[in-house]
Amino acid sequence: MTLPKVIRGKAWKFGANIDTDQIIPAKYAIYSLDEKELGKHAMEGVPGRETWASQVTAGDILVADSNFGCGSSREIAPVAIRGAGISLVIADSYARIFFRNAINMGYPILQSPQAAEAVHEGDELEVDLDEGVIRNFTRGDEYRSEAFPQFMNELLRMGGLVPWVRKRLEERRKTAKAAS
Amino acid sequence: MGMTMTEKILARGAGRDSVRPGDLVLAKVDFAMGHDLTIPPAGKIMREQMGAEKIWDPDRVAVTQDHFQPAKDAASATLGRLTREFSHQMGIKWYFEVGQGGICHTVLPEHGLVLPGELVVGADSHSCTYGALNNFATGIGSTDLACVLALGELWFRVPETLKFVYHNRLKEWVEAKDLILYVIGQIGVDGARSKAMEHVGEALKHIDMEARLTITNMAIEAGAKNGILEFDEVTKEYLDGRAKRPYTPVSSDPDAEYEKVFEFDVEKVELGVAKPMSPDNYAPLSEVAGTRLDQVFIGSCTNSRITDLRRAAAVLEGHKVADGVRLIITPSSHQVAIQAGEGEVCLSTTNRNFPGRMGHPKAMVYLSNPAVAAASAVTGVITHPSEVLKHLPANVA
Repeated sequence: MTLPKVIRGKAWKFGANIDTDQIIPAKYAIYSLDEKELGKHAMEGVPGRETWASQVTAGDILVADSNFGCGSSREIAPVAIRGAGISLVIADSYARIFFRNAINMGYPILQSPQAAEAVHEGDELEVDLDEGVIRNFTRGDEYRSEAFPQFMNELLRMGGLVPWVRKRLEERRKTAKAAS
Repeated sequence: MGMTMTEKILARGAGRDSVRPGDLVLAKVDFAMGHDLTIPPAGKIMREQMGAEKIWDPDRVAVTQDHFQPAKDAASATLGRLTREFSHQMGIKWYFEVGQGGICHTVLPEHGLVLPGELVVGADSHSCTYGALNNFATGIGSTDLACVLALGELWFRVPETLKFVYHNRLKEWVEAKDLILYVIGQIGVDGARSKAMEHVGEALKHIDMEARLTITNMAIEAGAKNGILEFDEVTKEYLDGRAKRPYTPVSSDPDAEYEKVFEFDVEKVELGVAKPMSPDNYAPLSEVAGTRLDQVFIGSCTNSRITDLRRAAAVLEGHKVADGVRLIITPSSHQVAIQAGEGEVCLSTTNRNFPGRMGHPKAMVYLSNPAVAAASAVTGVITHPSEVLKHLPANVA
């Protein structure tokens, strides 16, 4: 899986304290190994968003307010959002475990209180992951988010923590071999 | 710009001069912990998915058999076996067999394994406990632990720090548990979300290390990433003859930046409880005194260290548990086995009382300190310990 330097898409706007049961209701946990199936039910627990997943165009961007992903430590929450076709999540802030789970599976999520406040649903966004810049073409605005450091970009590009550790171990073995 | 203790530890781990809240860093870990629930999946991910054959440093890992041990059924016995096999195959130096250790969060400080200035991770949400010893300690998941076991490093988001300043001195009977329940009651279970809780102030000088561990143990109940205390005489005395490695204490710079500073006059903190169904549901004891109880539990990683048990014993001495009340005392063993039935009322010295955490979802669980729990077991209703024992003897006060 490769992560492009720049991500473009239409914004979907959600509120504060969206918990993991709203992101993917517990009854769909049986599809834990089927990302596409989980994606069909993403955000179904948010009132008024019962059919949201069917309206998403691949590459769209989800923008949310504070404490996104609170609740259980369910790893399928970021999987469901990715399965729905969302290329990137931007939020004012995240629940800690959701943040770790997303990064560890190689899914880019950005924190930008500025963007979370200013972006409206339907805005056309462009996100430069290396620079940490979010451009809003609909409003002519630009927002900052923390740019990912190099190791994190590498980890995200490689598809998450497990492949990244595997590669790092191989590199260490090579260095050790060369030294001996 | 100055840095907080938490920022300094993460900066050192990352090999950087400074870090700021929000930074993502790749940092070296000084010590890691796993137990019988988290080691089996971490070991499997490490070996089968990450392709690691050995762990990064067998001297810097502790494993405890503490959650489902002695095993309650075949499935937990299997987890115990996988944990034992992995620890032996990897040559883990600090492996604590059933009956030799106890709860991880009691055992690691007791054995001087988690030290000032260090970066510590544990695959258990209450790993924040160790921060009382002036280190950065946080709970991680099994995939994260697999990464640490394989590489000795992990990524972290540098947390914003909230500073809690405690003035004056706790009154008679009021313990660290009452203080932290009060603080969580003030800021809420989400009040320190993903942040560092730095505890300072003169009140802490009079609080011993075991009680300090109760304060940091409950950092996660306010949503915090870690809880941390300054290094002082109490820390030094506790570690003398106990620390397994040399260590370098860390302190916050005078111009360190805090997201928010909270000041408390601890003399005003009353003996208190967390009412059902949340640890932030604080009430002074006077409000709930007289509540009829079915069960009293003194134990858990929060409040079953030796000083806790001595205090409870002093209150219980010469008395009998009230008719119709079960009193369960478990020295540093785990709370999961202790169940309260539907509609029952329980007073417990643990850290969480969310529905279903301790028995039936409709059980009513109150949280308190051990002396209150002991006195309440004697009377059968929630009771101020002074009704049972006029004053705590000087050796346990």
